[in-house]
Amino acid sequence: MKKRNKVVAVLSAVVLVLCGALFLGRKANAAGEGKITGTVKLDGAAPHMRGIDMSKDPYCVKANSGSPAHLQTVEVGSNGGLENVVLYISEGWTGSATTSTEVPVFDQKNCMYTPHVLALDAGQTFKVTTSDQTTHNIHPLPNPMTGNIPWNQSQPPGAAPIEKTWKNPEVIPVQCNIHPWMHGWHVVVKGPYATTDSSGNYTINNVPPGNYTVTAWHEDSPNLTQTTQTQKVTVAAGKPGTADFTFKAK
Amino acid sequence: MRTRLRMWTLLTVAAAALALPMLSLAQLTQHDLQSRIGMESHVGNITGHAKAAEADYRRYCVGCHGQLGDGNGENAPYMQPPMYQQPRDFQLGVFKCRSTPTGTLPTDEDLFDAITRGFDRSNMPQWNTLSKQERADLVAWVKHFSPRWANEKPGTPIQVPPEPEVTADRIKAGRDVFARVQCWKCHGVLGQANGPSAATLTDDLGRPIAPFNFTEGSRPKCGDTDRDIYRIFMTGLDGTPMPSYADNIKPEEAWDLVFYLRTLMSQHSKEKEMAKKLDLKPVDPNAPAGQQ
Repeated sequence: MKKRNKVVAVLSAVVLVLCGALFLGRKANAAGEGKITGTVKLDGAAPHMRGIDMSKDPYCVKANSGSPAHLQTVEVGSNGGLENVVLYISEGWTGSATTSTEVPVFDQKNCMYTPHVLALDAGQTFKVTTSDQTTHNIHPLPNPMTGNIPWNQSQPPGAAPIEKTWKNPEVIPVQCNIHPWMHGWHVVVKGPYATTDSSGNYTINNVPPGNYTVTAWHEDSPNLTQTTQTQKVTVAAGKPGTADFTFKAK
Repeated sequence: MRTRLRMWTLLTVAAAALALPMLSLAQLTQHDLQSRIGMESHVGNITGHAKAAEADYRRYCVGCHGQLGDGNGENAPYMQPPMYQQPRDFQLGVFKCRSTPTGTLPTDEDLFDAITRGFDRSNMPQWNTLSKQERADLVAWVKHFSPRWANEKPGTPIQVPPEPEVTADRIKAGRDVFARVQCWKCHGVLGQANGPSAATLTDDLGRPIAPFNFTEGSRPKCGDTDRDIYRIFMTGLDGTPMPSYADNIKPEEAWDLVFYLRTLMSQHSKEKEMAKKLDLKPVDPNAPAGQQ
């Protein structure tokens, strides 16, 4: 009887250790392995982006005197690459939400948001900073029903950075009420993500081998025929998945 | 005969499958509300019960705030911004007048005070004619409209240090704070609500909204005691363009700013008298930031 108990105890210990090893192993494999890359392009003529009248605030006018600011709704590179498109895994991601320990910065610079579109993982900490010598108020407008709560904080010149997180995936518009042309986006997703650069290129890192659906999101705009697209992608060991997207201009 | 029966069964199942989500969508809100009918509030030593407020809400509130608390009562279309703000949408759980930091739920006392005080320059009257128990019940009723109270706790009220004695130096220091954090961008250098950004302000739902005009004799929406004014700019008025300055104005400076704001208001005050003697000039909007 006693012997039997011992055997059971040893057996369960072995099973537990094995399970743990498997679990840890999977986690270790998941990090830093595969990736998804591609290019996002705009098909058609790049729409004209209107200049911004900043005369409300002489500081802003002066800060942009070198190259006058214009709207950043659709930014197209020389080769037709579409900037500020967020790419994320909309199906097939089984990992945790917060994969990144990086703290991205959303800066208020020359009375504009840099970057114009900030992609984030749900639960990821980000920093709001100001480089300007004028007061801004940073006012994100999530839908409170999603569990993300709107807030509104001032940042006068020299103000300390604000650190925040968003709880749930959501596309959140961000605005400054003092400078009404300041309009940006926090795109909160679950899992790894990437944002296209000025040539429309992107790489989503830390994607373990598997089959996924990738969504490309571009901010709602009257200039494009659609704002999201999806593609199925397979990531194999040592072989990155690729997904190129083309958005059509109206 | 058999195939016919099967076809009918299929059709019925298909119709049910289509109708079910539609039904649940339509009834979801009412169902949700029903699930939160046990909501309570605690104001001092009074406990409010949502269910007990049902009759009062129907009688006094529903005309503006609507059956579902979404601010779409039958009178709502007649309240046109920016002159009159539309009735609050209680489902969002976002409130202007709080003692708690921006982005957090107000306390039960905050809601109780709002119902008691009413909102100057709006269609929301004072409800101090209702008993304290009735008002506490209504607080619980207001809370039952939003799922936020099921998932979150109210914020921790900000600390308001005891009010110091007004001095000329404090009024001058308050003027410097007004210049440094650039209150005038919306409220104007004289507090006349005519700052460069005043005309384009919108609330969280995109409706036009005007900044507070200090000079026309009306009371601030969230109360007109010195403590109320302190709280307004340190917590911000959520749902509006007015941000929280808690990170950028120190508590002692905050009292200085309260004193300076009093000098802009048309009502007689000790601060106004002192400012007159000091011959205090309005801030210069063209001076570089931090050097006004």
